[in-house]
Amino acid sequence: MEQSKVPQHNISTYANNKKAIYATNEKGEYSIVASSGWKVEEEVTKQALNELERLADQAYDLVVAGKFSPLYFHMFNQRMDLQILAQATGIFRWRIKRHLKPRIFARLSRGMLERYADALGVKAEDLGSLPQRGEPGG
Amino acid sequence: MAEHCFKHDHFAHCESGVMALMLRHYGLPISEAMAFGLSGALSFAYLPFVKLGGLPLIAYRGLPKAIIKGLRKNLGLKMRMQTFSSRDQGTRTLDALLEQGKIVGAQTSVFWLPYFPEEMRFHFNAHNLIIYGREDNEYLISDPVFEKPMRCAAEDLRKARFVKGMMAPKGLLYYPLKIPASIDYQAVIPAAVKKTARMMLKTPVPVAGIRGIRALAGKIARLAKEEPRYAGLFLGHIVRMQEEIGTGGAGFRFIYASFLQEAGLRLDNLQLKEASEMMTAVGDQWREFALLAVRAIRRKKEQAIDFSALRLKLLDVAEAEADVYRKLGKCF
Repeated sequence: MEQSKVPQHNISTYANNKKAIYATNEKGEYSIVASSGWKVEEEVTKQALNELERLADQAYDLVVAGKFSPLYFHMFNQRMDLQILAQATGIFRWRIKRHLKPRIFARLSRGMLERYADALGVKAEDLGSLPQRGEPGG
Repeated sequence: MAEHCFKHDHFAHCESGVMALMLRHYGLPISEAMAFGLSGALSFAYLPFVKLGGLPLIAYRGLPKAIIKGLRKNLGLKMRMQTFSSRDQGTRTLDALLEQGKIVGAQTSVFWLPYFPEEMRFHFNAHNLIIYGREDNEYLISDPVFEKPMRCAAEDLRKARFVKGMMAPKGLLYYPLKIPASIDYQAVIPAAVKKTARMMLKTPVPVAGIRGIRALAGKIARLAKEEPRYAGLFLGHIVRMQEEIGTGGAGFRFIYASFLQEAGLRLDNLQLKEASEMMTAVGDQWREFALLAVRAIRRKKEQAIDFSALRLKLLDVAEAEADVYRKLGKCF
């Protein structure tokens, strides 16, 4: 890619950062050019973020409807899924699935809640509830 | 103090950037592209059976740590690589190394590094950075994919170093124990280049190298039968792995072209220079593929995506890239 063609689209996902791209000058010599981003990259990053957000929103509704424990929402809200949460906590998936049931979640020990809290980066006392919709983290 | 003589620089990729910065700091000047090329880490893999968030693993380079290990072998470095079972031990060791005035490479999770833009924080556990000092409760960080040095609170770095999961860092710290005084380019360039060319052309498995690119093209054609949302996410995922994950553009093909150019100059080898130009053209084709894929995602729901056009484009890329490796096999 030529230096003059390195996209400088100021994409929102970079949050004013720049990435180093390798590109050639008019003599064909390579060097690093700082790029403020390519729209193509922004679109696919946002697509992935939107999908994570969609899953968290859907989870929120299901928790409100009483189908799942709030843990289900917090998992998606922290951009995780069952696989990542199981690996991050070292708790088997089938066990996490049980903890996603509201009645079983309500009986979890403090120690178990702390394990989830540590892996999710959410305070143990906040795990049992949902944030207000629209609030940061909500 | 160590931090005053350490010099940060902005590079395309975390692991090659860290290694270039570290070798420079300890007296062996090397460009990032040269570090990347000599490590032999350029690759391609499409692993449908390894799933991340329901999508397969697609990689344009070797496994995490492949650059560190490749350079260790090809340059004859001696590296200390240490993982920890206890967080406290991992933190104490880091602090002790910084006390001694060392700069230290570390593997971390992107999600837990607060200086990453919110929209870039995904659960990727193999991000490399350099820690070059500590001031009170903050570490001084040189993260080569950022323009400027960063700072990170001790508790956050601790979390990022000890996250569990796929490619878990286990607190990995690394630093060189012995670095050669110079690089014997005449010997190491041909060896590294031939190895990459051989690996890309003659893999025994159908999911790596050029065969991996072709396998991915085949999968794209089969996406026509999948649920449209999944198909769209799949295409977006390919482009993210190619462009978003610190590759210097076109899934490391431009950085490799830069390496071939530098190698051609150092060895006064015209063939390598030509191969560099070919690789640049291949990189441009990968970018065209990315653009096509994103246009396909953008389409309105009622419009069908032309998966066969995407497949053909990717097969063209594979063929053009195979030509580069065939040429590289004959460069010396």
